[in-house]
Amino acid sequence: MSVPHDGQAVRLAQGLGWLSIALGISQLASPKTANRLVGVQPTRVNRDLMRLVGVRELVAGIGILSRRQPSGFLWARVGGDAMDLALLGNAVASQRDTHRDTRRTGAAAAAVAAVAALDVVAARRSVATGQAPEGNTMEARTAAITINAPSETVYASWRDFEGLPTFMYHLESVQPTGDGRSHWVAKAPGGTTIEWDAEVTDDIPGERIAWRSVEGASVRNEGSVRFADAPGGQGTEVSVELAYSPPGGAVGSLVAKLFGEEPGQGGAVGSLVAKLFGEEPGQQISDDLRRFKQLVETGEIARSEGSPWGSRAKNAAHQKDAHPREDGEIRAAIDEEQGVGP
Amino acid sequence: MKAACWMGAHRVVVQEVPDPKIINPRDAVVRITSTAICGSDLHLYDGYMPTMEKGDVLGHEFMGEVVEVGPGASSTLRVGDRVVVPFPIACGACLPCERDLYSLCENSNPNAAMAEKVFGFPTAGIFGYSHLTGGYAGGQAQYARVPFADIGPLKIESDLSDEQVLFLSDILPTGYMGAEMCDIEAGDVVAVWGAGAVGQFAVASAFLLGAERVIAIDRFPYRLEMARTNTGAEVINYEDTDVNQALKEMTGGRGPDACIDAVGMEAHHGTGVIQAYDRVKQAVRLETERPHALRQAITSCRNGGVVSVIGVYGGFVDKFPMGSVMNRSITIRSGQCHVQRYMRPLLERIERGEIDPTFIVTHRLGLDEAPAGYETFKHKEDDCVKMILDPSA
Repeated sequence: MSVPHDGQAVRLAQGLGWLSIALGISQLASPKTANRLVGVQPTRVNRDLMRLVGVRELVAGIGILSRRQPSGFLWARVGGDAMDLALLGNAVASQRDTHRDTRRTGAAAAAVAAVAALDVVAARRSVATGQAPEGNTMEARTAAITINAPSETVYASWRDFEGLPTFMYHLESVQPTGDGRSHWVAKAPGGTTIEWDAEVTDDIPGERIAWRSVEGASVRNEGSVRFADAPGGQGTEVSVELAYSPPGGAVGSLVAKLFGEEPGQGGAVGSLVAKLFGEEPGQQISDDLRRFKQLVETGEIARSEGSPWGSRAKNAAHQKDAHPREDGEIRAAIDEEQGVGP
Repeated sequence: MKAACWMGAHRVVVQEVPDPKIINPRDAVVRITSTAICGSDLHLYDGYMPTMEKGDVLGHEFMGEVVEVGPGASSTLRVGDRVVVPFPIACGACLPCERDLYSLCENSNPNAAMAEKVFGFPTAGIFGYSHLTGGYAGGQAQYARVPFADIGPLKIESDLSDEQVLFLSDILPTGYMGAEMCDIEAGDVVAVWGAGAVGQFAVASAFLLGAERVIAIDRFPYRLEMARTNTGAEVINYEDTDVNQALKEMTGGRGPDACIDAVGMEAHHGTGVIQAYDRVKQAVRLETERPHALRQAITSCRNGGVVSVIGVYGGFVDKFPMGSVMNRSITIRSGQCHVQRYMRPLLERIERGEIDPTFIVTHRLGLDEAPAGYETFKHKEDDCVKMILDPSA
């Protein structure tokens, strides 16, 4: 689950998305009427042009509504506005001789200009929330699972930080360094690692553990896990919240380059962190929790011939065929997930 | 070892694959002495079950001898034990397992996220039954790895033959659960759609649980004859009889107290138009099922009765008579069988001679002949009801 950042900006973008779709549909359905409304002769060329504009509006609208970070499509709308203004300007120029419908075309141009202003605002705000400077925004992800064991047992399994990499596949190691601090090593693409030190900020046995990276970490992050008795004594509800902030400054550029992305180019916090760990973080936490539950309840991670690496949603699309394999092959598949990074 | 592998729709190939080995501490490896082709395997064979991969080993009804035991299973299982393996893979430790709902085990399906997308919540792993149920290699093979072997496999310590106990792995408990879900009371009339192996066992179980009359519905006279002679069922052949009408007449106009759907997603026959509608929609994947038997079971059931669904469905049904369900207070119960719950009590019934499951066996083949077996079974040739494979032959 993603924690929304700027509700107003999201609502504005969504409004523009629906406007696009409504316009697109009417332009496609009756290009003739649409041409007349903006004071343009519905010739065959103009009708085809109007249909093309309709398709463009539909694409932009669907793009805006289906993306978590719609800034690209919002900027595309701005480009579309410019195109429309040019077309309308052209229409006015050709009307000079005939003096037909100039007023309608002028009104249409004014409307387009007003919408263009809104588009620019929405696109800029979308980028602003997407690329908050370090220190302002943390992208938080949550997930929960119920484990059929007493909260003390579940708490103790999590509190053993050194054991976290057994079920958190993106971690390579966690080493306690004393004073409630620990050194974390996470895997990054290309066999590289990212490291930071973390400190425990809250620790109530059987109830809650919270931690955060200490000053100077390259990926600022914090997390907490809450253990609560499920209703009717049916085990323990485990709720996890993890928050990351993107690397800033020189390190940020380096990390961005590492992933083949120019810094400051459309890469929102969510997608950057997702790339950092090779998958969508929300899904990753759900997978972690499934494996944690398996370990606590059954003592092992369920592995099949088709999914030797165990619960991992991103591998759904490339399953191995389900027949027995030589020892080495199973081991290699497991290492591929647990040993060498995403 | 040799194994029957799914290589695409209507294509099963017996080929050499590596022998299975222990992967997890609670695993065991079983040398298979008897295995079977299940009616539900035909859904895979026909390509209607999503998430199959070419090369998947088929089969979820098998038994054999334990040849290797992981350290986590050694307290209950020893090399040399003779065991029947239940088809749902279940950990025994999660809440559903504790409540005997083994096919809903929360820990045995490594592809839980995939199943969650299709079903809303994931279900247990199943041997040889698509990647939606875990991507586990199946048991139409010479050996199989059995996860959570400390709680699943049922040890057979008497000298009952393989054929007498093999069906404890799936179809006998499945048929029994179908009848149990009907909450049968003395004097009840139960109708069973599908007189395949599971349907036969559902009929027999309904009688065991106290039904006064059981009516079997199918289109193959040899299957109806099997139900009549072996279990004492009355029969309806839907190809020459209007089922709804016949059931009304046979029950004094009231309808059966409970109806069991032992057919599932590839029901054969409706009225011509409805059958064509479902076939076309299923073929282009606009619906995943041809649910005619289920529709008929619902509309035939008496007011306030129970419809028990043990035939397999995989996705979405169309033209579902919800109005009939709601307005007539019909209860629908269903589920993949929680086999582990029923194995021991049913073994005892077999030992006491209350039920002899061998009557359904019509064909015995070697594992090598599995491809031909699938064809014969699919087309109901040669009066086929149940096909047993011998991996050593």
